[in-house]
Amino acid sequence: MRKIEIQCLRYHPVTDAAPRWQTYEVPFTDDMSVLQGLQHVKDHLDGSLTFRWSCRMAICGSCGMMVNGEPKLSCETFLRDLYPGPVRVEALNHFPIVRDLVIEQSDFLEKLESVKPYLIAEEASPGKTFLQTPRQMEDYYQYSKCINCLLCYAACPQYGLNDKFTGPAALALLHRYNADSRDAGKAERMELVNAEDGVWGCTLVGYCSEVCPKEVDPARAINQNKINSTKDYFLRFFKK
Amino acid sequence: MKRSNKPIFWSLFGAGGMLSALVGPGLIYVTGIAVPLGIMNQEALAYERVAALAHSGFGKLALFLVISLFLFHGCHRMYHCLHDFGIHVGPGLKAAFHGFAAAGSAAALYLLIAVGS
Amino acid sequence: MKTYTRPMGAWWTRNPYYLWYMLREASCVFITVYALILLVGLFRLSQGKAPYERWLEGLASPLSLLFHALALVLVLYHSWTWFKVMPKTLPFVRIGAWRVPDRAIVVTGVCAAVACTVLIVLLAATT
Repeated sequence: MRKIEIQCLRYHPVTDAAPRWQTYEVPFTDDMSVLQGLQHVKDHLDGSLTFRWSCRMAICGSCGMMVNGEPKLSCETFLRDLYPGPVRVEALNHFPIVRDLVIEQSDFLEKLESVKPYLIAEEASPGKTFLQTPRQMEDYYQYSKCINCLLCYAACPQYGLNDKFTGPAALALLHRYNADSRDAGKAERMELVNAEDGVWGCTLVGYCSEVCPKEVDPARAINQNKINSTKDYFLRFFKK
Repeated sequence: MKRSNKPIFWSLFGAGGMLSALVGPGLIYVTGIAVPLGIMNQEALAYERVAALAHSGFGKLALFLVISLFLFHGCHRMYHCLHDFGIHVGPGLKAAFHGFAAAGSAAALYLLIAVGS
Repeated sequence: MKTYTRPMGAWWTRNPYYLWYMLREASCVFITVYALILLVGLFRLSQGKAPYERWLEGLASPLSLLFHALALVLVLYHSWTWFKVMPKTLPFVRIGAWRVPDRAIVVTGVCAAVACTVLIVLLAATT
């Protein structure tokens, strides 16, 4: 069986002052993902290695990490593609490290809440049903595919430089609701859109959309709202 | 949450970006390479010809838009570049960069009026 | 909870994607300087024929030629990236029920830039 070297950035909050690299020699078969490589380490070489994972099929969003400097889902990144290695694995960029490959993500969870990610009705109308055409669904569908894996935040240098920036996934989700024909909450979300750390924190680096495993295209969601925000800015005096 | 004033600067940045994307290559090629190197006849930028352009209404508008919007585009992006490099940018630097573009625009406007018709 | 925050440092050097982004952003320096060159030219024009012609001669200096060569390369890169990214700044463009693909928007933009360039060169060349 072929072997590949996996280098992990280790960090223990109690014993370590700073992170350090640790190398493991992992035997692998062509069907093994980086996640399976890490699982081999944990099961057979070093039980202390700590990382998040769940579904193994790129839908839960748990296993995001930096693989050779790029944000990836470790369950759908394959060791055969990285051979002969070494494979450098690190916790997702731009987030504080809790331990080893696990990051502190509560900042994102707060941002998610702040965009009001739910349909806001025009008025209370229990039992009301909506008809939606395929074209209306096309307007928001791609933005609904986000699995909250945070690869886009790891990709976004503006978030890395300023963690007050609302960020790609949260703003994409905001747009998902604004663009949904069943939603009437655009006005409520405008304050966040218009803020310095709303859409205006983005300089269209575009890397977020490159790394997204679900083709959500957060860069598009954010930058469309720059026009909306501009219209809102200049036309607000004409609104009643 | 405070409303950002970005829309003003972004609109100018966008207009300048579009203009420079469309006419930038042509203008830089003609004025900076073709004529100085003799690939294009020196007559293309002759004093009488360019003066006539600056005297015309269309010429004044074109020259003003090119200078002003290129400046606003460039200065806005330069300001953001500083932030990207990790330099702390505050309202002072913001005013300086955009003020510079505004000053350049004002100078262009003055000169275009001064050359008369 | 104690966590470790990694510094950003020279983040743009750590991924080719970021380097290309910085190159795109760097084009703005050349666009600004070019606008200033034009502004100076306008000033010399207002001063009269001799000062203007001295400005023209300055354009033929090696430093000026080097600057404009670099400026041309970077403004071309700016133009290309501008139109490549344009579909993301627009809402979905539709003709009836058909959604105009991003590629069509990019191609339209690039063609417009080529057309403008040709127009400018032709207008300049025909005295």
